[in-house]
Amino acid sequence: MAIELLAVGYRYAGASRATLRSINLRLEPGRVLGVAGANESGKTTLCLAASGFAPGVVGGHLDGTVLIDELDTRAISTHALALHCGLLFQNAATQLSNTTATVFEEVGFGPCNLGLPVDEVVERVWWALGAVGVADLAPRDPDRLSGGQGQLVALASVLALRPRYLVLDEPTSQLDPAGTALVADALARAAAETGAGILIVEHKTDVLARIADEVIVLAEGSVALAGSAAEVLSDPRLQVLGVEPPARIRLEREVRAAGIGWSSTLAEAIA
Amino acid sequence: MIAATEVPGWGLPEYVVRRPGGLYRSTNPSTKLAIAALEVVAAFAVPGWPGVLAVFAAVLATAAAARCLRGLAVIGLATSPIVGSILLINLFLLPGAADPIARFGPLAPTWSGLWFGLQTVARLFAFSAAIALVYLTTAIDDLLADLARRGLGRRAVFVVGAAVQMVPRTIERASEIVDAQRARGLDTEGRFWRRARGVVPLAAPVVFGALTEVEERTLALEARAFSAPGRQTLLRVPPDTIVDRVLRWAAVIGLVAIVGLRAAGRLG
Repeated sequence: MAIELLAVGYRYAGASRATLRSINLRLEPGRVLGVAGANESGKTTLCLAASGFAPGVVGGHLDGTVLIDELDTRAISTHALALHCGLLFQNAATQLSNTTATVFEEVGFGPCNLGLPVDEVVERVWWALGAVGVADLAPRDPDRLSGGQGQLVALASVLALRPRYLVLDEPTSQLDPAGTALVADALARAAAETGAGILIVEHKTDVLARIADEVIVLAEGSVALAGSAAEVLSDPRLQVLGVEPPARIRLEREVRAAGIGWSSTLAEAIA
Repeated sequence: MIAATEVPGWGLPEYVVRRPGGLYRSTNPSTKLAIAALEVVAAFAVPGWPGVLAVFAAVLATAAAARCLRGLAVIGLATSPIVGSILLINLFLLPGAADPIARFGPLAPTWSGLWFGLQTVARLFAFSAAIALVYLTTAIDDLLADLARRGLGRRAVFVVGAAVQMVPRTIERASEIVDAQRARGLDTEGRFWRRARGVVPLAAPVVFGALTEVEERTLALEARAFSAPGRQTLLRVPPDTIVDRVLRWAAVIGLVAIVGLRAAGRLG
């Protein structure tokens, strides 16, 4: 059981060059894989390919194979993909259906699309809202939420389909620090409570340092760095690849550069 | 994954089930639509004043009972530029009118122009009031749920819902863009010509922004199983009582009768 990308390359329709090249990765349920990289490095395309939406929904040409639980994504219908793999984008506003009056109904939109019995829809909605920690938002108008709340509702909406994997494309990019903390907490909680495998693209490496087990860094559509989150996020090549290391790593480097001893006690105090 | 048995046993909340209060507000949305269609046809197809006055009386009485007279008045005011132009054009330019009220140089308002203009305006008011009454007393998701229950496809239901909801969102977006353009020095206030020039840098970001969002919205919908086969589950179904059904059929029969009588020339 895993999402597996085997020698995956991808080129958008009409594009002269590939956006992804020879990507190999594996995401198992219960693990969190972080993806970082400079702009235009192929992160969003990786999300679309890993979730099966490229080429399934967006078209283009896929080389190699993407397997979700051993099923080739090219052989699965779009709505079936949604049951295997939830996909979340940057902008909460574009992910809401805009046809519902309450957050409860918004989160129920996906399960309702599946034609599930009302009791099961209701149960899934409460479960998803609880898993993200936003059950108190249930009566609210989805169009009147803050950015962070909107993103959490969008996450709950995807979780309500009970996918085994979540693919998140910069879920905190449009959020302020408070909103980012809110979503990072919810992701950590969702990862722990649902046991879903999470692939998260994030510019904010502090978020990755907090929730990711492994991290890969993309450069020009290829994997430039891969390893455990601790290894990759402290790799000195990170900045050359256009990725800002987490605040803790930067502070440690500054402290060491100033000739002050960096102790584990200090690190724990900062953490 | 969390098993279903671990979930708290909360049911469908009251704010989802919500039943609108009042006789007309709680009427089935399709029944309201049928009545509105009858009123619109009656206002236009019945010649002279009886049809349009009867529709006015019915709409105003219903609006008073549903306590939305103020909303109707606001919508009526919004139509005043069209109403004014219809009145003026007919007052001064009705073809064949030869009964002047007065003469102002080359201009001569006529009694028959005034009469015809008033009738046209009254029909326009009756039309907009009948539709506005449905809009003011019906939650859009109730209407969509009712249409979905009657077999309208999920794509069609979604298009109707998204189109209705898009209006306030587009206004909001346009307001944000105006603020951003003003911050960059665009002058959008003052005389009409200056305001008109300000529309150009506003229109492009609004239109192109909306188009760019379409792809992300499509993906987001697909990620929520929008294209799954079979019927969508409805969390709330508006009530459809025997009274609703009788009223709906009466409205449909009335509508057909008016159209038939009009076509047969029996309405004068």
